[in-house]
Amino acid sequence: MPEKSVVDQHLESEYQHGFVTHVAQDVLSKGLDESVVRWISKEKNEPEFLLKYRLNAFEYWKSLQPPNWAKLKINEIDFQAISYYAAPKGKPTYNSLSEVDPELLRTYERLGIPLHEQKKLAGVAVDAVFDSVSVATTYKETLKKHGVIFCSFSEAAVKYPELVKKYLGRVVPYRDNFFAALNSAVFSDGSFVYIPKGVRCPMELSTYFRINSMHTGQFERTLIIAEPGSYVSYLEGCTAPMRDENQLHAAVVELVAHEHATIKYATVQNWYPGDKEGKGGIYNFVTKRGRCEGRSAKITWTQVETGSAITWKYPSVILKGDDSVGEFYSVAVTKNHQQADTGSKMIHIGKNTRSMIVSKGISAGVSSNSYRGQVVVRQTAKGARNYTQCDSLLVGSNCHANTYPYIDVKQRNSQVEHEATTAKIDEQQLFYCMQRGLTEEEALPLIVNGFCREVFEKLPMEFAAEVKQLMELTLENSIG
Amino acid sequence: MLSIKKLSVSVEDKEIIRDLSFNLAPGTVCALMGPNGSGKSTLANALAGHPDYKLSGSVVFDRKNLLEMAINERALEGLFLAFQSPVAIPGVNNLVFLQTLYNNLRKHRNQEPLDATDFIQYVNQCAKQVGLDASFWSRGVNDDFSGGEKKRNDLLQMLLMDPKLMVLDEIDSGLDVDALKKVATIVNQMRKEGKSFILITHYQRLLDYIRPDEIHVMSKGRIVSSGDYSLVSKIEKEGYGWLETVS
Ligand SMILES: Nc1ncnc2c1ncn2[C@@H]1O[C@H](COP(=O)(O)OP(=O)(O)O)[C@@H](O)[C@H]1O
Ligand SMILES: [Mg+2]
Repeated sequence: MPEKSVVDQHLESEYQHGFVTHVAQDVLSKGLDESVVRWISKEKNEPEFLLKYRLNAFEYWKSLQPPNWAKLKINEIDFQAISYYAAPKGKPTYNSLSEVDPELLRTYERLGIPLHEQKKLAGVAVDAVFDSVSVATTYKETLKKHGVIFCSFSEAAVKYPELVKKYLGRVVPYRDNFFAALNSAVFSDGSFVYIPKGVRCPMELSTYFRINSMHTGQFERTLIIAEPGSYVSYLEGCTAPMRDENQLHAAVVELVAHEHATIKYATVQNWYPGDKEGKGGIYNFVTKRGRCEGRSAKITWTQVETGSAITWKYPSVILKGDDSVGEFYSVAVTKNHQQADTGSKMIHIGKNTRSMIVSKGISAGVSSNSYRGQVVVRQTAKGARNYTQCDSLLVGSNCHANTYPYIDVKQRNSQVEHEATTAKIDEQQLFYCMQRGLTEEEALPLIVNGFCREVFEKLPMEFAAEVKQLMELTLENSIG
Repeated sequence: MLSIKKLSVSVEDKEIIRDLSFNLAPGTVCALMGPNGSGKSTLANALAGHPDYKLSGSVVFDRKNLLEMAINERALEGLFLAFQSPVAIPGVNNLVFLQTLYNNLRKHRNQEPLDATDFIQYVNQCAKQVGLDASFWSRGVNDDFSGGEKKRNDLLQMLLMDPKLMVLDEIDSGLDVDALKKVATIVNQMRKEGKSFILITHYQRLLDYIRPDEIHVMSKGRIVSSGDYSLVSKIEKEGYGWLETVS
């Protein structure tokens, strides 16, 4: 193979969603102190308990230092140089799509998420979050008929304060970690989902996060509650413009699944990853956790992570109910100078709880891709079982893949299995495909998609084609 | 169809094939024989453009300079290699793979792609000729296929690609008698249509079904003996010991 093969060119593929939308914006001036926290809460007309919650979190956050245990190469974040709120000018909430700035609607259409009544995606309800606020939610009426609540978090705080009060911070307390505390103080918007008892949500729910403003952080807060015997499948997607600066996205997502309820949560994360030299890109520091509260509850996390300069996230499940099930299926692709430190935590508390972790890491360029996972089996978790499988695929020879499994078992009558493999992209497979007429650029995504099949199969069907295409774009010019 | 002149092939400064020359006319079949390690598979892979090998000399394929063509271009222009041991690609659905390479070829030939329904019909038809059926469509490419099934899957790809020149590397290893007869039927039909073949084999049995026009015997990277079918029975009887005296 020639020294500088197609792989190198692959690395040069451009980020597809790097444009900026020009709408009038209200942006809070940079800096963070108590008045900012109060201002955000007031802007959103929040009930008193929520302001208190924010202030407590802020007090606690001030006592903390940023963590560095994940060994990420990271530019120090100046938390006073960030604006904590940005929103398109005008009404903070929209009652109908006709009130939404057409420029915003065009933005989402360009991103492949039409919000218009006539054009909206069939079978998928979408909540669109632009910087700090939700601009539109589709199919609200249809969902209402089934008793399903799907709205922005801000709207829920005003309309359903009892539910928010009951569940906020139950799964991820603000004391959990540095970024969770920060998020709890300044969170802007995100989605709220409530599925009543015995209801199978009639359509896929989806939130689309978009960072647009400069120097702003996005502090997404999402809460999903599935009452006994209910079912919901939820997907989030994310993009941002190309910028030289590093922008912060620090989300907290909490899921609660009661007895016999199932929550499927899928993420397609395609934040701007920075340029070839590693300049700019999103810092994606996320705390995602679900709690299987009742017997036979089930939570499945599926993630496809292709974007961000740095990703730091470990979607986890607390398996409290007996016979409950936690699953984590992950594909993380890094290229150029991207760093991903991602994995899952499964905390077994209830009897006969089961968990499954399947992680596929693909590294190209000079990127670094780590799996970090923890399996805890408490003494109460008799008959608990975990199976973990981590496979790493290296494209080129300057990238790194690491696996850090932590296992903590306090119950003898349990079973924890861990398997890990690391392999280079198979030259024989590439040659085989090319002998059949495919170029290297065509063969690589085909093979990588095959490597990821177990994970992609878990994604909602509506998004399968999109993800395949995203992989092709991501892997463009990345053979080495 | 193919004209090889003074071809040398080396890998990391080690010469595996030296000064090899032969011609192959349209509609003819030649058999390439020789002891293990004599360079037969290396020749096959080098012709297909395997990146491990450095080549010198000249190879003209269908009036084009083969050595200047990209790997996939050689394939699209009609050079097909059925591998000695086809690699598995787990996770890549076999049917999707077959359809991808088939429609990619159609694109190259300025033809409309076949949609899923039409393709399934077509692939099932081809599969019959090589003794495969729809139970192989939902599996990964060659994934957990038996040796013989992998060979059949390669032959199926050959039928789909409808090439001009086919190199079958030990196609007879792992195939049962019924499958061998199927291969013979296909090869004999295609040679009538003007297609050419290089059959790499150790055994007379395959050559009893497909009478080659010419036999080349390789040893230590060279062709040391060429002739007609009578060479085959000599090898079958005496093995390759006599090569020592020839070379
Ligand atoms: N990629 C390679 N690297 C090193 N040695 C090779 C490579 N390919 C082939 N060889 C060597 O070249 C010789 C010929 O191999 P091969 O062509 O497979 O023989 P045959 O197919 O005739 O049995 C063997 O000694 C083999 O080990
Ligand atoms: Mg061989």
